[in-house]
Amino acid sequence: MLILHCPYCGIDADETDLAPGGEAHITRHGAEASDDAFEAYLFHKKNPRGVHFERWRHSFGCGKWFHAARDTMTLEVFGTYSAQTVSPPKTLINKIKKKRPDWEGF
Amino acid sequence: MSKAVSVLGGATYQGEVTITEAGLRGMITLRGDLSDEKLAAAVKSVVGLALPETRAIKEGKQGAVAWMSPDELLLLCEYQHADALVAKLDAALAGAHFLAINVSDARAMFTLSGAGVREVIAKGAPVDLSRRSFKLGEIRRSRIGQIAAAFWLSDEETLSVICFRSVGAHLFDWLKNAAEHGSLPRFL
Repeated sequence: MLILHCPYCGIDADETDLAPGGEAHITRHGAEASDDAFEAYLFHKKNPRGVHFERWRHSFGCGKWFHAARDTMTLEVFGTYSAQTVSPPKTLINKIKKKRPDWEGF
Repeated sequence: MSKAVSVLGGATYQGEVTITEAGLRGMITLRGDLSDEKLAAAVKSVVGLALPETRAIKEGKQGAVAWMSPDELLLLCEYQHADALVAKLDAALAGAHFLAINVSDARAMFTLSGAGVREVIAKGAPVDLSRRSFKLGEIRRSRIGQIAAAFWLSDEETLSVICFRSVGAHLFDWLKNAAEHGSLPRFL
């Protein structure tokens, strides 16, 4: 069972309290974008085997979106952080690098 | 005006704990900047209570105020006072970015009383309901069974649950089932 710490209400929320929101930190291209950019936004996800940065919503709790970094292979959760950012915090990236020396990086 | 009725008209069930549909209860959703002193003063003027800490609920004589999210509060009051209190909030917060709305008719509320209230809820909510973790005065928004609900303990033997009115009858049935005689593990 996946448990993620909600940075807004401070609860270690059970997976069933959460709604997944897909890959984090992607650039959202709208209707005015080129076909290629829009296709890339919709379909070209990184989906690496290992470290993922994802969006989650504490949907049954405080209702806020937040970000989570976790390993989809081992299900290890590295940490969660605020949604009001365009890249993961440095401390979290360093923590992941320490645990996964061969990780390609964010 | 039509006569307002609560979802189950005050139905009760006596099992391991007593479950009572709490009848009509005034509820106001207030969204805004919780760090704004104007908002704190407005809340104080309608329910007589200071703003709660994160995930806390404060109960007083005039009503209660509960923390719902970093920008949302739920105010509880007498059912017939809700509209007047919303008008008061609107006046007090005019010019600020906020929302105050009377949601009384969109909600159902149940009161559980008895020694096993923690165990009844623990059967269906992904929440650690042990005394060590779930303290008095804390409100938790989560699920009970498959539906969204918020609950808090006023004392060790009194627990209140709020859910959407549309699923009120379902929650009552669910709670009845969870509180059947002889069904509590007596673990918490």
